[in-house]
Amino acid sequence: MGSGSVFIVFILMALVSVSAAVMMLLSKNAVHSALWLVLNFTAIAVLYVVLNAPFIAMVQITVYAGAIMVLFLFVIMLLGAEQLQGISGVHGTERYHRAVAFVLVALLVVGFGVVIFNGGTGGGETAVIDASPVALGLRLFEAYVLPFEVTGILLLAAIIGVAVFTRRKKKEA
Amino acid sequence: MTPGQIALRALIVGFIVSFAIITGFAYTTLLERKVLARLQHRVGPNRAGYIPLPRRGGGPERKLLAGFLQPAADAVKLFFKEDMTPGKVDRITYTLAPMITVMPAIILLAVIPWAGEITIFGAEFTPYFAIAPGLNVAVLFLLAITSISVYGVVLAGWASNSKYAILGGIRASAQMISYELALGLTVLIPIMLADSMNLGDIVAAQANGWFVFRQPLAAIVFFIGMMAELQRAPFDLLEAEQELSAGFNVEYSGMRFGMFFMAEYMKMIIFSAIIVVLFFGGYRGPFVDQLPGLGFLYMILKIIFFLFMMIWIRASFPRFRYDQLMGLGWKRLLPISVFNFIIVAVFIVLQEEGVFDSLLKLLGVG
Repeated sequence: MGSGSVFIVFILMALVSVSAAVMMLLSKNAVHSALWLVLNFTAIAVLYVVLNAPFIAMVQITVYAGAIMVLFLFVIMLLGAEQLQGISGVHGTERYHRAVAFVLVALLVVGFGVVIFNGGTGGGETAVIDASPVALGLRLFEAYVLPFEVTGILLLAAIIGVAVFTRRKKKEA
Repeated sequence: MTPGQIALRALIVGFIVSFAIITGFAYTTLLERKVLARLQHRVGPNRAGYIPLPRRGGGPERKLLAGFLQPAADAVKLFFKEDMTPGKVDRITYTLAPMITVMPAIILLAVIPWAGEITIFGAEFTPYFAIAPGLNVAVLFLLAITSISVYGVVLAGWASNSKYAILGGIRASAQMISYELALGLTVLIPIMLADSMNLGDIVAAQANGWFVFRQPLAAIVFFIGMMAELQRAPFDLLEAEQELSAGFNVEYSGMRFGMFFMAEYMKMIIFSAIIVVLFFGGYRGPFVDQLPGLGFLYMILKIIFFLFMMIWIRASFPRFRYDQLMGLGWKRLLPISVFNFIIVAVFIVLQEEGVFDSLLKLLGVG
């Protein structure tokens, strides 16, 4: 693809993903929110394809849009928690929410500002790497073997934790 | 080729393949009804369309190909039925759900190789005949699209605002998550044996023997997981007529119901094509290297074989109970596929390191 068509796809997908994210926050129905999030994940997967990383794009769809969001929907539907109840005034904690949200937004704006005024993220300097599955696998298991294994152990710990928590307690004799 | 030519070629091939699959869907419904009827000692649909053959010496005429216009009659019926929207449904999701069900079924077609390197009317199709040939993450693409294909059913169940439908939807999501794990792990085995995620390479690697002979266990697990993904009997708990009346699609009528129907049969064809490509040699068969056009024929014959298997299984097995379904998925198929995966991986590494050669030498054979 030429750089012009890449730019058009980028603009389209950026619009789709940002508006889907905003709609996810605004929609009052939890199932609709989940669907907007799925759209967001899919648009980001298209961005990965444009960035010449098809492997990551497919994994993004399989893991996020496929497995995780189906689980979200499953939980929402099982609990019957589609409709958002008004949370204002519950325990009087909403002012903390606002304060925390304000601080986070301020940090985000400052971060963007710093990046923009320092002249971009330096993305132009990164080398174009071979993103085929084989190259990715070799890179993961040769250059980044330690982080990979550490992540694996973390995930394993989480799985074991879930198994322990959901196990039925035996009756004490 | 320029990007424009590639896109044009994909468009033309996509049009042909989509048209073929829609025709195939119509005749798969007829195949299912006829075969089921034969397996139950009935005749099946035989009124709509036949070729009359006069019988020698008078008597009633014989009917050839009885019922071959039945799919057309069904389509006309579905289109002209009233398309109702019940009162308290979630209107947008209710309308979107049938479309979300059909779309993944069609998108899956994009990477399936239908024939080898072939020249049709002077147009060369390399490295193989598909809508998007040569994709190096094709197997992952299949898994990704399969994993989002559950949304249609789940959303149809939820949006219908009906207890039966939502039970069907919840069952569907639990079932698909459970069986996707075993399916994903078995898909890795052809990838490892062929050393590629490109479906063309996987087919080419089976030139000297289909993977089903090298890994029969993986093929069986894949077939079972595939039936569960398709929600065919005996895994059709989400539309169990006796318990849920019709499950997720109980509130749908007219062509919107027809779209669920269509998605089910199209996915039957496409998953048959996937198992053929991964384990049964794809378009390969006798003389296919001399006559590449035979690839289409072999592919279609193998697909029809698997469609027949699925219909046969539907007629033979009772539906699973819910705990049996979950037990089979998590306690049997998942461990089997994990251990199979590990064993295959270890053996491939041992072979590449030349351990077997030195063992044979040690025994004085090699």
